[in-house]
Amino acid sequence: MSALSSTWDRRSVLRAAAGLAALGPLAACGSNNGRSGGGSSGKELVQYFHAYGEAGTEQAIKRYAKAYDKAAVTTQWITGSDFESKLFASLLTKNAPDVFEFHPQIQLVRSGQVADLSDIVDPVKDDFNPADIASHTVDGKIYGVRMIDDPQFFFYRPSLLEKAGVDVPTTLDELVEAAAKLTTGKVKGLFLGNDLHAVINPMIWSAGADTLDSQNRIAYHTEGVKEGLKKMRSLFTSGHLLLDAPADYWDPSAIDQGLCAIQFCGMWAMPQMQKTLGDDIGVFPFPKVTDSGKPSVYNGGWSMFVNAKGRHVDLAKEYVKWLWIDRKKYQEDWSLSYGFHIPPRSSLAASATKLESGLPAEGVKLFGEYGHFDNIGWTQSMITALEDVFADCVRKGGDPEAALDKADTTVNRELKKLFG
Amino acid sequence: MPTTTAHDVPRSAPAPAAAARPRRFRRNPSTLAFWLFTGPFLLGLLVFVYVPIGWSLWLSFFEARFTVTPDTFVGFDNYRQMLENGDFTGSLLTFTVFAALIVPLTWALSLALALLVNRLRLLRAFLRSVFFLPTACSYVAASLIWKMSIFSGVRFGLMNTVLGWFGIENTAWLADPDPPWYWLVIVTARLWLQAGFYMILFLAALQNIPPELYEAAAIDGAGPGWQSFRHITLPQLRATSTAVILLLLVAAYQAFDEFFNLLSKTTWGRPPLVELYYTALGQEQDYGAGSAGAVILTLLICGVTLLQGRFMGFGRGEDAG
Repeated sequence: MSALSSTWDRRSVLRAAAGLAALGPLAACGSNNGRSGGGSSGKELVQYFHAYGEAGTEQAIKRYAKAYDKAAVTTQWITGSDFESKLFASLLTKNAPDVFEFHPQIQLVRSGQVADLSDIVDPVKDDFNPADIASHTVDGKIYGVRMIDDPQFFFYRPSLLEKAGVDVPTTLDELVEAAAKLTTGKVKGLFLGNDLHAVINPMIWSAGADTLDSQNRIAYHTEGVKEGLKKMRSLFTSGHLLLDAPADYWDPSAIDQGLCAIQFCGMWAMPQMQKTLGDDIGVFPFPKVTDSGKPSVYNGGWSMFVNAKGRHVDLAKEYVKWLWIDRKKYQEDWSLSYGFHIPPRSSLAASATKLESGLPAEGVKLFGEYGHFDNIGWTQSMITALEDVFADCVRKGGDPEAALDKADTTVNRELKKLFG
Repeated sequence: MPTTTAHDVPRSAPAPAAAARPRRFRRNPSTLAFWLFTGPFLLGLLVFVYVPIGWSLWLSFFEARFTVTPDTFVGFDNYRQMLENGDFTGSLLTFTVFAALIVPLTWALSLALALLVNRLRLLRAFLRSVFFLPTACSYVAASLIWKMSIFSGVRFGLMNTVLGWFGIENTAWLADPDPPWYWLVIVTARLWLQAGFYMILFLAALQNIPPELYEAAAIDGAGPGWQSFRHITLPQLRATSTAVILLLLVAAYQAFDEFFNLLSKTTWGRPPLVELYYTALGQEQDYGAGSAGAVILTLLICGVTLLQGRFMGFGRGEDAG
């Protein structure tokens, strides 16, 4: 007995334990790298998607991926509000996705992060909305495949406007006024999202300005934009704006639950609103801010990009071609079966019967008539700079001139880096 | 007994042999044990602390956007950019405001809870657990509950419902920085989460105060309420109080989750860590500027710690204090 205890003394037991503890971290470096087990051909691709709000979207994307037989495609469905940060951070690592959805931004091209997709897009170039090709082109090369176009505009309840004796607003002043008249004890007049940032670009366009001009110089720093910022400030402090709602502007909950009479949202939410509110729903563009301005609609959307620094660039390109160029059935399903999106392919848009009449058709009309597409030169840090302008002078009451000057510094620094 | 022989033989036999060996061999087992025990931690410290610090210092002199292996040397440009950046310098002010609110409030609340629980005769263990329980809740989960249900801006948010009974208009607690109601949301969330933990520390200290002191004070005519608290309890808790305040300051400095989750897309209410997160790891991925900010922050902390040591004598030996 004690012979045993003399060999198994305290020290050696502890030594063994420490040895095991030292091995512990090694065991943790297992195979948890977000990829599922090997596919039929042994090749694996990883794709990143932000979490779409509509039911069935995640299953749809995974279903398409499963149908691809040349590689096992794993989908990472990124929830949370900062898809950009997660995407940008992961692109720097070894676990970077091979394929990801994002918006066209030139810094990704300049840093060699996204692959040139001209060879797969060129053959069908004429079938794409020309604006969608232009917004993905740098120096004649096309860097992304547009999947969906998402116009964003106002949704309103005609019954509530009628009851309050309000016409559909055609100027920002009228919108401010309408919000006041529509606000009752239980319903707020207007919902622009919790941080108001969704209307930044529409407000700039409706003030007759733009983010950048054709020479990639600052075009947002105008008297009209300053006027717009002041009007937005008065709207923010009026008490007629729904703020701090549990769901943000991209979710139709606020208008569906009767929390507001007018909500800024996107075409994608149309089916859900129609389901809840029936015919009691209408749409209008962001109204003009100044006399010289014009109504505007932001034609947002999502595109597929291939990670140029990934391990299987050619395979990834092949996959993108297979799904987003060749498989029209899936593209149609993706555009129309969950939320409503406008297909960027002219042939698909022409056959999209769901968008041909009623409210969806009005949405398509606004898209065509007032739509502004992404400018590839307008990058994430410039977007953030203008978000800071809104935060500083609409929500905080700072001086618009000072806030715009501050944004100018950031944007100019960025422009210098990108365009010299 | 066979056991004794088994015991004796190995004991006596190898001893002279061991003495004959060179010294380094005899020392070997303890050296090995030393490295075995400290090795993993030293390695972890090296890989996860010192290498990143060095790397960050190196990055701070480079133009490092969307990369951590940059090649454009820019000297002190990143430092200039961060020091001229009002958001970064403002974040230091935000931290000061936050610490000035949360440290005394948590100190007072946890002490009050400890005194309360300490005096209980009934349900003591139960209430102690109840107050301690929030410590187990994650900051992210609490932030979401605070944001979406208690301090939601809609009419059915908890606070707005309660205030509605008194005819007070709905308040946007987080979206509108004027008046700065967001501090109420942030401070109450952290208060709820951490008060229980510090209560336990105070409770332990309270139970260590010898009852003779109170008895002696009672004989000397001190009342059982404020007087004995002021002249006995509080002085006896001094060491714990100092430790609690220090821990609270450290925790306040590390605050990130609630600011990040409650105040997205703002230019205000960002303590330094949140600000640097947005610079380096957010959408801009500017590792150079972010690292420069981190180095500035580190220098500031070193400075403050040295000054604190000088003025408060914290960290000096018992006799020196």
